[in-house]
Amino acid sequence: MSSPGRVPRLLGRARRLTRNRDAIIYAILIAGVFIVPAIANFTQGTSSGVVLDQVANAGVFVLLAIGLNIVVGFAGLLDLGYAAFFAIGAYTYAMLGSGWLDVTAIHHAVHIPFWILLFVGMGLAALFGLILGAPTLRLRGDYLAIVTLGFGEIVPRIFRIKIEWTGGINGITALDQPTLPVWLTGPWAGQDFALTRNQVFGLDPVPYYVLIVMLIAVSVVLATNLYRSRLGRAWMAIREDEVAAAAMGVNPVIIKLLAFSIGASFSGFAGVFFAAKLGGIDPTLFGFQNVSIVILVMVVLGGMGNISGVIVGAIGVYFLQNVIIPQLPIWTTGAASSIGLSFLNNPNGDWAGLGDEVQRLNFIIFGLILVGTMLFRPQGLFPSQLRQAELTKGTSDQSVFDASTS
Amino acid sequence: MSQPVILGINGLTKRFLGLTAVDNVTFDVKRNEIFALIGPNGAGKTTLFNCVTGLFAPTMGRVVFDGKDITGSRPHRVAKLGIARTFQNIRLFDYMTVIENVLVGEHSRMHAKLWDSVLKTPLERREEKHVRERAMELLRFVGLERHAENYARNLPYGQQRRLEIARALATDPKLLLLDEPAAGFTPQEKAELMQLVQRLREQGLTIFMIEHDMKIVMGVSERIVVLDHGEKIAEGTPEVVRRDQRVIEAYLGKSA
Repeated sequence: MSSPGRVPRLLGRARRLTRNRDAIIYAILIAGVFIVPAIANFTQGTSSGVVLDQVANAGVFVLLAIGLNIVVGFAGLLDLGYAAFFAIGAYTYAMLGSGWLDVTAIHHAVHIPFWILLFVGMGLAALFGLILGAPTLRLRGDYLAIVTLGFGEIVPRIFRIKIEWTGGINGITALDQPTLPVWLTGPWAGQDFALTRNQVFGLDPVPYYVLIVMLIAVSVVLATNLYRSRLGRAWMAIREDEVAAAAMGVNPVIIKLLAFSIGASFSGFAGVFFAAKLGGIDPTLFGFQNVSIVILVMVVLGGMGNISGVIVGAIGVYFLQNVIIPQLPIWTTGAASSIGLSFLNNPNGDWAGLGDEVQRLNFIIFGLILVGTMLFRPQGLFPSQLRQAELTKGTSDQSVFDASTS
Repeated sequence: MSQPVILGINGLTKRFLGLTAVDNVTFDVKRNEIFALIGPNGAGKTTLFNCVTGLFAPTMGRVVFDGKDITGSRPHRVAKLGIARTFQNIRLFDYMTVIENVLVGEHSRMHAKLWDSVLKTPLERREEKHVRERAMELLRFVGLERHAENYARNLPYGQQRRLEIARALATDPKLLLLDEPAAGFTPQEKAELMQLVQRLREQGLTIFMIEHDMKIVMGVSERIVVLDHGEKIAEGTPEVVRRDQRVIEAYLGKSA
């Protein structure tokens, strides 16, 4: 107001921001975080919790995708066993945050608060990331993928076999529910000092929703910091050319171990949250097909190496898999009857009825969508902007000019 | 600190199964000189470079840099001690920008710890700002500042070679190894390269290069070692080497 140049300057900044695609994606995501609960409340009324529950579950996969993106997207290490760290995080919470250890040889239940286990799970996953990373340092590409795949199979299997410690195939149930940390109720409110209060999350999905949004926000900031740091550049250098990176003073051993370990820590984080939210876990939740490969699909489809793209990929794939495809039979039967083809909905000989037929095609439809997306956008939906320029425009005409005239 | 020899190669031998690529080679590179290693194709020049920079462990012999025995040290250790190199077949980080390529070179000179990076501490911010400025300076030095935000792979060939030199310089080396820096250059680019090498020497750097172009080798280098079939066949000033009978034979055959 006092300075006349202020409004144009703000407009200029806004214009620059809107040109930045990542900023737009983050803006939409942040808006979505606030709008989704409102819409859910408006459209679903009292059952809006179901929607938030789904969103919170999707959030777990967003966390996982952000973590895997560090390993696969930044450092270029193809990790097919990422679910193992997720399982380690989840079992950390299940064993240390429930009455379970009372049944084991320890004979004492350990009820460590969720907020502490969040970091314990993270640390343990990071540790196992190091343990997996160490023997695979010399491996690249396909060979690395196979070893990590093995690790991803071994870990859930151990949880299944070691029945006396992990409950075997039945898993561990009746986990503690997180309680609000003291700093939310506060000693300033005249209450005794304690780390947590007896204000359990309960079955209401809202606290989980708020918590996962907070975890994701923190993770995005940390991962972005890493990406733009010395370490992030070292990861990319290792990905591009390990020999050249080493000749420039980058220690490939340390840098790769850090990628595995930091990537795994995000997964451990997600695992603790997942276990706490679900209230009970079993080894089948952490398989290759339902976790490891799905997260990899999210990362590749979203745009490997680009954090905002990976988040969009994770949300998109999660809802495609868990909301849209399961709804397809209902939608197709509804569509068929509304255009007068309702006879398709009834079983007739080999024809099981449209709904059932679509149901049977679930995986094919999912696969077709993935293949189609990758055919039309091989670089992922939102690749890092430089790479996009590379793939769509090819080498710049300036280079050609320079090369031909010099 | 000011001993005259910066790099000592003593009886260096590298065998790959039956093949002896470098055979008992001994020579010294003196501080702040421009030193050239020449020889016909397959003479073992690049293998020798790889032994110096730690990519290969020598079968026998010693490599002494700045008074320290670096035989068999890992490449990143060697780089940290102050030996930087370029590659015969350019090895840039293709999908990183030009300035990021140079910043990777700064890696081993930076002090930010993991937590500094994760939390973007003031220390980390200051250091990032500082190394970015330095990287831009280096890009100006090799004439690439306009391309700082381009992908390395989109640069034309000659600029890629110059970027490799800038990246090597970012490690703040005492000794710079250039592996055929003028390969595929136009005469004008070669002249620019010679100027660049001279300027680097004036700044106190020691240059040790492999080069095929005799005009460059004879023009800038003060001393030359000639390898043939892994063996050293000559050493000395350009004038001496040029007249050496064995060198002429190695390059042109006996009839010359």
